[in-house]
Amino acid sequence: MKVRTQLIGAAVIGALVAAPAMAAELTGTLKKIKESGVIVLGNRDSSIPFSYLGNDPQKPIGYSVELANKVAEAVKKELKMPNLQVRYNLVTSQTRLPLVQNGTVDLECGSTTNNLERQKQVDFSVGIFEIGTRLLTAKNSGVKDFADLKGKNVVTTAGTTSERLLKAMNVEKSMGMNIISAKDHGESFLMLESGRAVAFMMDDALLYGEMAKAKNPGNWVVTGKPQSFEIYGCMLRKGDPQFKKVVDDALKATYKSGEVDKIYAKWFESPVPPKGLNLKFPMSDVFKKLVANPTDKSAEQL
Amino acid sequence: MNYHWDWGVFFKSTGIGHEIYLDWFITGLGWTIAVALVAWVIALILGSLLGVMRTLPNKALSGFASGYVALFRNVPLLVQLFLWYFLVPDFLPESLQTWFKQDLKPSTSAYISVVVCLGLFTAARVCEQVRTGIEALPKGQSNAAYAMGFTLPQVYRHVLLPQAFRIIIPPMTSEFLNVFKNSSVASLIGLMELLAQTKQTAEFSANLFEAFTMATLIYFVLNMSLMKLMGWVENRVSVPGLIGSNGK
Repeated sequence: MKVRTQLIGAAVIGALVAAPAMAAELTGTLKKIKESGVIVLGNRDSSIPFSYLGNDPQKPIGYSVELANKVAEAVKKELKMPNLQVRYNLVTSQTRLPLVQNGTVDLECGSTTNNLERQKQVDFSVGIFEIGTRLLTAKNSGVKDFADLKGKNVVTTAGTTSERLLKAMNVEKSMGMNIISAKDHGESFLMLESGRAVAFMMDDALLYGEMAKAKNPGNWVVTGKPQSFEIYGCMLRKGDPQFKKVVDDALKATYKSGEVDKIYAKWFESPVPPKGLNLKFPMSDVFKKLVANPTDKSAEQL
Repeated sequence: MNYHWDWGVFFKSTGIGHEIYLDWFITGLGWTIAVALVAWVIALILGSLLGVMRTLPNKALSGFASGYVALFRNVPLLVQLFLWYFLVPDFLPESLQTWFKQDLKPSTSAYISVVVCLGLFTAARVCEQVRTGIEALPKGQSNAAYAMGFTLPQVYRHVLLPQAFRIIIPPMTSEFLNVFKNSSVASLIGLMELLAQTKQTAEFSANLFEAFTMATLIYFVLNMSLMKLMGWVENRVSVPGLIGSNGK
């Protein structure tokens, strides 16, 4: 009788310990993924080479997409669901935040800067890339740095940090620049190419992307001292520590194993679809530092 | 949905000089009004001329006007804007091209493109309103005028147009409001009108819903006031006994 009571007691305690542990496994996004059998990844259509549509419009490709897939693999293992379906959902710079918040997208890995304003709305994974904001200009334009832009027309893409920096610089240093805010990177480059602006200020990686697409890539040069550094991150819903841990661990493992170097070389230092262009953008020192010490802070917080 | 609402965002600093986000909306509203009013003047003058042309007995003139309407009404406004902004300047003589692209302030060249584009687009729609206004009048009106010895210009000037313009005030009000709403395409060529400022605020502050709510309110109040104004105009100019005068 005594033995039996002890057995029952042990069983009850065991159940009490195990049950909450099992329940804790399933909250927030992970629970949603487990129940629906689908993880939804947000992708962009033309953030070359981070996340864009190549030859197959159904299947986005790019550096950030590969990292997102690493996360999806980790989620499969975590939930023991080898048949977990991975679905892509196209987002734009305007829709990416609300679509993550309202649950349409579980994880958005593209070219989204981690900053304080966005941190109020969503959580970020550890950084997946780090850029500097610089200038793209014609080799013969005579523009070497930001000081050479006094009184000139300068283009940047609307809604980016570069736009804010450029406008602030214009006011603070009374440079008398005319700043054009184009609707996307492609249009910004068109403004530059058609002579409406002498320089295009943007994230260096994206400038290399635009340069690679140009008719004569040799005519253009990326120049100027970086005005800021920004860390790109994947966005996920706020207050979901469980899912965030899986995401962060998957990314950190990719960094630690050195796999990230291969992925980097594939997208930034070799020809990429659809046109077989090579960005020739070697890994920067700031990004090497980020890979060595992953963080989910924004550059301004460091 | 775990959205962080913050209605105080409009009074926060944008990080550029001493501006707050509300300043952006005010600047944006200014550009929207500047674009819409000038485009409307172009549309009204050109559209009325074309509308009259469409009803003239002269085949060449009415053919030209209907060709114009077909062209401008069947090509999407956005496509037209890109043509006016990116393509047309490239056909100008070299010196004019440099002037337009480099000497003018970028906001000025964008402004010119969008005003011309929107003016010509809306003219096609105004033309159709004017034509229907004229055609709605009984044939007997112009016949009677001719019988009394009026010349063609006199028939239009004294008999047809004064009545036609009164009939079409309600549909013209819609076109007038459309110009204000359509002016938002200017955001796509970098003119910082209301929609562009809204998108910029949304991007910078990450308070997307507050920004678009503000834009909705501004557009709504603006268009509501214009509607009231046009209603007042309609009452003021109505002539008792004429077609469409509400029997007053």
